[in-house]
Amino acid sequence: MSSETAAREGPVAAPRHRPARSVRLERILDVVIRSIVPVVLALVAGGVLLLALGRNPLTFYGNIWVGGVQGTAWQDSAIRMAPFLLIAAGLVLIFRANIWNLGYNGQFLLAAAFVAGYAPTLVTEVPLWLAFVTLFLLAGAVGAIWTLVPALLKARFGTNEIITTLMMSFIAIDLASILIKGPYHDATTPLPQTAVIPFEKMLPSIPGTRIHVGLLVAFAAILVVHYVLTRTAWGLRLQVMGANPRAARHFGIDLPRLIVVSFLASGFLVGLAAAADILGLWGYIRTGWNPAYGDTIIPFVFLARLNALAVVPFIAFFSVLSTGGDLAAQEASLPTDFLLVLVGLILLFMTVIEYLGRRRELGASYLPPGLRQALRAPLLRRRKAA
Amino acid sequence: MILASQVWTEVFWTSAIAGGLLAGVPLMFTALGEAISERAGVLNIGLEGMMLAGAYCGFLGAYYANTQWAGYLTGIGAGMLTSLIMVVLCVWLGLDQIVVGIAITLGGEGITSVLYQTRFSTVEPRLGAVPTNPIPLLDRIPLLGKAINGQFPLFSQPLVVYLGLAFAVLLTWIFNSTNIGLNLRAAGEKPEALDAAGVSVVATRSYAVLATGALAGLGGAYLAIAGTGGFQPFLTQGQGFMAIVIAMLARGRPIAVVVFSLMFGIALSLSTLLQLAGINLSTEVVNMLPFAAIILALILFARRAYLPPALALPYVRGAR
Repeated sequence: MSSETAAREGPVAAPRHRPARSVRLERILDVVIRSIVPVVLALVAGGVLLLALGRNPLTFYGNIWVGGVQGTAWQDSAIRMAPFLLIAAGLVLIFRANIWNLGYNGQFLLAAAFVAGYAPTLVTEVPLWLAFVTLFLLAGAVGAIWTLVPALLKARFGTNEIITTLMMSFIAIDLASILIKGPYHDATTPLPQTAVIPFEKMLPSIPGTRIHVGLLVAFAAILVVHYVLTRTAWGLRLQVMGANPRAARHFGIDLPRLIVVSFLASGFLVGLAAAADILGLWGYIRTGWNPAYGDTIIPFVFLARLNALAVVPFIAFFSVLSTGGDLAAQEASLPTDFLLVLVGLILLFMTVIEYLGRRRELGASYLPPGLRQALRAPLLRRRKAA
Repeated sequence: MILASQVWTEVFWTSAIAGGLLAGVPLMFTALGEAISERAGVLNIGLEGMMLAGAYCGFLGAYYANTQWAGYLTGIGAGMLTSLIMVVLCVWLGLDQIVVGIAITLGGEGITSVLYQTRFSTVEPRLGAVPTNPIPLLDRIPLLGKAINGQFPLFSQPLVVYLGLAFAVLLTWIFNSTNIGLNLRAAGEKPEALDAAGVSVVATRSYAVLATGALAGLGGAYLAIAGTGGFQPFLTQGQGFMAIVIAMLARGRPIAVVVFSLMFGIALSLSTLLQLAGINLSTEVVNMLPFAAIILALILFARRAYLPPALALPYVRGAR
């Protein structure tokens, strides 16, 4: 109704309003600004911190460019994108349902241990394509199964999934270590690691590059997640549950089942990330290896507004940041944990910018009413006294 | 064999209690803090970051000032400063508590690791032993009064532990019998009612979150100063999250928080215990046990865990 009247009145009101295209452009610009400003602010704040630590921020960020983009370094960044994108796909899916699966580290590592354990024998004994498919499915299954306890607890009792997924994650990290030292241990070496997959039996590269095809799997997963979320009834149900569980129940949606299924899907995608990383890049796994990819990806999933397609440029940016960051941190003799600080800062600035943007949209003051009152009260009092 | 059974009975139990206390006190402080902010309706996922900030600054304080008290004070200060981020962003501006909490945890992990490794990585300084205050008479009980492999004997703890236990009792009284406690609970259960009664929800929650930060910082400082005698990157290893579970299972009752914390403290100190008992388990299994215990507890008592209805929801006056 309202859109019809707006359409009819459109030409009449045109002189007063700006044309539709410019409004749309403005909105896109607004979204872009809201997404990029937090990153810029975080980099600036990180630069100040680098200065405080006695490092040159320009050299640091310059080294990120050198190590992440220049020459063939961009291919290293692209290789790193594969697991990032797959984990991001899993997170987008479950965050859309307003469920917090924060156990990605454990799900990833356990799946990686299983893949690294079975891959060396499997790739030599069955046709390579079959081995890859089996291993990807195995990794996905392991990741999915590891979400089952939190999923059932959440579905049955409403237990806070943040806690349960984190606890399961800590357990999985130790379990992976036990598996690597025990059943999957490579007997030919005293080091606590699995047998190495022969180089020619790893995931093939995209012709002309060193980038393995895991990246294509990741892009496919992103497309599938985007399709499911935006074009299917299941995706709609998922988002209704995320937006308002009570409305979803009145709508006749089987919430417990939906919770469990979305958890399984999320764990499956995280598991795929492990398979891509092990089969494409590392070829083996050693105890104590925990890249914790998910921790650093989270802000970019939020910055992309939980939109699967929008995740891609952000993840590409972060892949460069993290690949180049390794070199930059090494050159500046800083631990790579410095990236965690940047990531935390991005998250903080993002929430603030988001808040300011929302207030601006509403045409409201940037301060919440209570705080404005508190700030204004002394002024008013003074005026009254005068 | 006789010797082994003696070990099982005497040293084992003493060590279980003393070790549980040593590992449980940081959890206790932090979980008491979380109990306060959960009651007031703020879910503090950033507890891990606050603990680490407290642990690092507490270590700095104790290292440079050479007394444990300076360390506890700087730890409390660092925890409160970190929680100030949460106060401003989550309580005043009403931003997403989970996102900000994750940010605080990640940032806290990163910054303490970077600062420690840039300044101390070559030295890795250790702190001196913490002076203890024996309780007269009780410390002469033959078995429980003894010190075993570096743990404080049960009745001779650092003063701050007694203060912490006293604080838990005080907190019970505050929660149950004072206006402050009533306000805190109302802020978590039905903030509109508190607002209608003329008490500021924002102020109540702000003080609650600051108190949480102070206690988490103290917990972290105790962990660094008395627990490990130094700082390492990622020192807390998920204890902040354990504290959240403890507060949840204890349903915000301080005495129950103390009991649960000591139980999980025993689980955390299992590795030394099992060595004493002559059981050889791999470190991974031992590391896994506390988390497995929490999952088990959550499965068993899932129905009984209680969270206030307004938890993690920002309060906006007039909004429905």
